[in-house]
Amino acid sequence: MNFPTYRQQGLLVAGGYPLVDMMSQIFSNERDPLHGRQLPVMYSSKSHGFFSISGNLGTQYIQAVGWAMASAIKGDTKIAAGWIGDGSTAESDFHAALVFASTYKAPVVLNIVNNQWAISTFQGIAKGGSGTFAARGHGFGIPALRVDGNDYLAVYAVAQWAIERARRNLGPTVVEYVTYRVAAHSTSDDPSAYRPKEESDAWPLGDPIERLKNYLIGKGAWSEERHAQHAAEVEAEVLAAQKEAERHGTLHSGGKPSVRDMFEGVYKDMPPHLRRQRQQAGV
Amino acid sequence: MPRMTMIESIRDAMHVTMAADPNVVVFGEDVGYFGGVFRCTQGLQQKFGRERCFDTPINESGIIGAAIGMAAYGLRPCVEIQFADYVYPAYDQIVSEAARLRYRSNGDFTAPITVRMPTGGGIFGGQTHSQSPEALFTHVSGLKTVVPSNPYDAKGLLIASIEDDDPVIFLEPKRLYNGPFDGHHDRPVTPWSKHPLGEVPEGRYTVPLGQAVVRRTGAAVTVLAYGTMVHVAEAAAAETGVDAEVIDLRTLLPLDLDTITRSVSKTGRCVIVHEATLTSGFGAELCALVQEHCFYSLERPIARVAGWDTPYPHAQEWDYFPGPKRVGEALLQAMEG
Repeated sequence: MNFPTYRQQGLLVAGGYPLVDMMSQIFSNERDPLHGRQLPVMYSSKSHGFFSISGNLGTQYIQAVGWAMASAIKGDTKIAAGWIGDGSTAESDFHAALVFASTYKAPVVLNIVNNQWAISTFQGIAKGGSGTFAARGHGFGIPALRVDGNDYLAVYAVAQWAIERARRNLGPTVVEYVTYRVAAHSTSDDPSAYRPKEESDAWPLGDPIERLKNYLIGKGAWSEERHAQHAAEVEAEVLAAQKEAERHGTLHSGGKPSVRDMFEGVYKDMPPHLRRQRQQAGV
Repeated sequence: MPRMTMIESIRDAMHVTMAADPNVVVFGEDVGYFGGVFRCTQGLQQKFGRERCFDTPINESGIIGAAIGMAAYGLRPCVEIQFADYVYPAYDQIVSEAARLRYRSNGDFTAPITVRMPTGGGIFGGQTHSQSPEALFTHVSGLKTVVPSNPYDAKGLLIASIEDDDPVIFLEPKRLYNGPFDGHHDRPVTPWSKHPLGEVPEGRYTVPLGQAVVRRTGAAVTVLAYGTMVHVAEAAAAETGVDAEVIDLRTLLPLDLDTITRSVSKTGRCVIVHEATLTSGFGAELCALVQEHCFYSLERPIARVAGWDTPYPHAQEWDYFPGPKRVGEALLQAMEG
């Protein structure tokens, strides 16, 4: 089970979660799997091994450790993966996760995606005097690795190694993926206010897709033509999914989640006070 | 029928649920080997093993966060926060995570966890071992909040809480662990073995969440109380001779409004009592509800007796604690006019 942040939607896409459902949540429309109750990119899908994204930072890290502990308690072979950004490693829950993972040797992979920017603050604000984020793991006696996060094959190899360790019940592993947030933090963020444009233009560590493409072409396993064709196919698939999702409405027009649904799912069974309030709301 | 203290009946509730459901796990600080600082989990590790009852690092956010992850896996954790005063580092995990998980995931993930916490004062614990933070939880949608007042209810409510599919905050008035303390701190407390509610059936039974009970029938004034204050209110009624009807709320959320309105509609007078600080306390919610639902029955303004709006003091504990004298004065005042 992955315990992701809002930067891990790639896990859902790779896991085969329907693009139309993702976009329907982005549009908060009538097909939104979460019925309009959650922010657009805070996905949730148990069947895809993707825990509900919170939005409060760091909370999911210790939850991943708890999930892994439960798996171990039940003698299960399933493992958990926690995900966190460089900035959120400063949260107390990061340290809670590491001490619990260390104490109980939970079968969990603790991923740190270091994209170097926590909205406007550079990674040094969270890292302090520590040499790397990976080094935080060593303080808890947890094996830790640091990898070029924009090198597809290196990331794959490191992840396999850490997953194998967890599956063999050898305990937790911390992995720091060094990458770079080339875009803005969110649609309401303007990076030009806090970092030079030349930095993001230079794209430290490079575009991981471009790097993988060049590598495969060099090996004779891929070509510019096939890449262009593939990119066009992916774009067409995404656009088709968007059109399909839009047919079910957007936040501002068309089909919407029902207002009645706002009162559902607060508890398993609706308590009397919510029933009264739903009546007051006239739904 | 066996007689138990509240410590024993709480322990028995965990014993019963752990024996019935292999997914129930119990953990917290000093909870495993030692059996908890109040001994509520004593013997559970020996009986069910170190994987079902274990010690945790001193990290309340870690305890609740791990419990949420375990619940998402399919376990049913019943965790202990050593004192309710220590829960604040875990507040984010409780409020932003446990309470919202079902809602934000459209039921894909749920958090059926029970958070046990000793609450309230009366043991000279000062500001870090005496607080009553129930209103911080009743204010949060998605949580249920329970405060038992006796061994029988404590066992039945705790079993109902652990079996409940939503997160439950289970506040145990620590001054009641060993007897029905009525606020007379200068007298020895009657042991639970001499109290009818110290009779606790063996095996599984539940006291359903969301049901209040009339602890003392009366016609003149309704007293709304929970936890330790139920016994204080009963003492105050007996000592003043006011024919008070004392309602033990037992569950604060969901609240049994019907039992409250039935009583206040009958008596026309209402005194609300809690140990927590007055301002924005749960009494304010009760006061508003009684006013909204019983306005035309009321003969007098609704009164509140509560802890003063100060941190819980150490040396001045009995000047802070809303004991039978203050509650009695409120009862007499409610009968004027």
